[in-house]
Amino acid sequence: MERNHLILAVVAVVALLIAPHLLYSVFLMKVLCFALFACAFNLLLGYGGLLSFGHAAYFGSASYVTAHTMKVWGFTPELGIIAGMLAAALLGLVFGWLAIRRAGIYFAMVTLAFAQMVYFYALQAPFTGGEDGIQAVPRGELFGFIDLRDDISLYYFVLALFLIGFFVLYRTVYSPFGQVLKAIRENEPRAISLGYRTNHFKLATFVLSATFSGMAGAATVLVFQLASLTYVEWQMSGEVVLMTLLGGMGTVLGPVVGAALVVTLQTYLAPFGAWVTIILGVIFVICVLLFRRGIVGEALARFAFLKNDKAQLQRSDVAEATVTKEAAHDPVKPL
Amino acid sequence: MIFDLLGVPPQALLGQLLLGLINGSFYALLSLGLALIFGMLNIINFAHGALYMMGAFVSWMLLTYLGIPFWPSLILAPLIVALFGMALERTMLSKLYHLDHLYGLLLTFGLALIIEGAFRTMYGVSGRVYPIPEILRGGTNLGFMFLPNYRAFVVVVALFVCLGVWFFIERTRIGSYLRAGTENPELLQAFGINVPRMITLTYGLGVGLAALTGVLAAPIYQVHPLMGFHMIIVVFAVVVIGGLGSMLGAIVTGLLLGVVEGFTRVFYPEASATVVFIIMAIVLLLRPQGLFGKR
Repeated sequence: MERNHLILAVVAVVALLIAPHLLYSVFLMKVLCFALFACAFNLLLGYGGLLSFGHAAYFGSASYVTAHTMKVWGFTPELGIIAGMLAAALLGLVFGWLAIRRAGIYFAMVTLAFAQMVYFYALQAPFTGGEDGIQAVPRGELFGFIDLRDDISLYYFVLALFLIGFFVLYRTVYSPFGQVLKAIRENEPRAISLGYRTNHFKLATFVLSATFSGMAGAATVLVFQLASLTYVEWQMSGEVVLMTLLGGMGTVLGPVVGAALVVTLQTYLAPFGAWVTIILGVIFVICVLLFRRGIVGEALARFAFLKNDKAQLQRSDVAEATVTKEAAHDPVKPL
Repeated sequence: MIFDLLGVPPQALLGQLLLGLINGSFYALLSLGLALIFGMLNIINFAHGALYMMGAFVSWMLLTYLGIPFWPSLILAPLIVALFGMALERTMLSKLYHLDHLYGLLLTFGLALIIEGAFRTMYGVSGRVYPIPEILRGGTNLGFMFLPNYRAFVVVVALFVCLGVWFFIERTRIGSYLRAGTENPELLQAFGINVPRMITLTYGLGVGLAALTGVLAAPIYQVHPLMGFHMIIVVFAVVVIGGLGSMLGAIVTGLLLGVVEGFTRVFYPEASATVVFIIMAIVLLLRPQGLFGKR
């Protein structure tokens, strides 16, 4: 497994290094930012089994903090991004600490409500610029000497950020921590009886997920030089859920594939206005009704069937079972 | 006078209180529908806000295209939307009952996007005005405040409907089947009750309540494709605060939070949009299962 992953990783990195010379680099950067966002989200949903419906809060608040510190306080890009990530982490710590008290659908509703609170704050607070957002954020010079105004150099910086984030999330999933996380998702009471403080694990995962969602939000600010209400709105939270679901939750590459597809779709359908919403909704419905494993999960399942590879089979089973287990202490009796 | 002590003109205070009561009765109706649906279907209906919006739009369309006035559409619009909801339940939701609750949430979120997107492509994002019915125009002077008739009517109807639904579920024979279905559907089926049909009708009832709320809201707020979305998020917070376990709990919490919101709008307007979420955070800290939830 490790060797396959390594080969795939080398091929992917080479492709990503060449890509900006073949495709429009701003589009590619947008894909990378959203892919990172979806990967961070997938850590929580796919491996932790926790559906957050308010991840826009972390993405958006990081984007505001990065934009503000870079534009008003003159931070360099790397400091701005760190500031944004810290803000997202802090917000994730507070909201996560409150939200993990409930499981399942209540968790989803609580996170959605908190995200809406952040939205109203962003709408009213003086430093966010209300409806206009923070515009014309300077891209600045990385470490004080690499000029990011050039799209190609910015692309490589965003790519580096994506790879760092992706690697950290990947390592987390395949670490002992990640294994415990999966155990909690599959059977929380049993994990507790084995002596794990499951709430600590859930909170740590929540904060990690929020932090890298923040990284994605901060990187988006550099690309578009803008932080606006779009980034904290509920639609954003919904989109990241869709990207993960479409690509395959609980798979490492699923969110990347999902993000690439959704961003492409939005780019080409942008002139049709509200039709985008309808099409995203239709994809949502089709995913839930017909292929819950997502594209990558489905592909892995086929692959496992052909090769009869047990490890692969198990992994795709996990993808299917991702959210089928819910904490047993939910107060409502199952049907 | 107490108003002098508070430093707020009585008209403003009572006006906001009334608006809070109206919002509260909307929250009550919507969270009652959510609780009903959740009890039978084990699904959190994310499309509830979209169906509320649809209720308002259908009554506006009935008036604009067919000239059907407010009173018939108070019955007709919820009926149309309920039929639409039952079709959704039969064709899609019913395929998900053996899966985790979260898939129901995701599916209904997708449906909400489709419904809202559809109305946006047809009517854009500008609001439409629904005139207040003739008899209920104007207001009554109570001496200490001016009471707009339509708003008083909305509060009375909403409370009446809430109590009616509560009575229907807790005190009638069909209601007792419904409660039995929430507890143990297999056993109920074994007694010869058609449970799948009951589930469909329950979804229809919940959706009908959402649409009725929309019809009532149409003359107060503008009819707008996105009117449902903010509403549903607040109602989710209300549901987290109250817990989905009890009908009466949903009604009381909804009304209470509407009034609290109204008060906040008078004394600290900046927080009026977020006060419900702040209360939710406090409830999560002190009583995570919700005020009326059972552990």
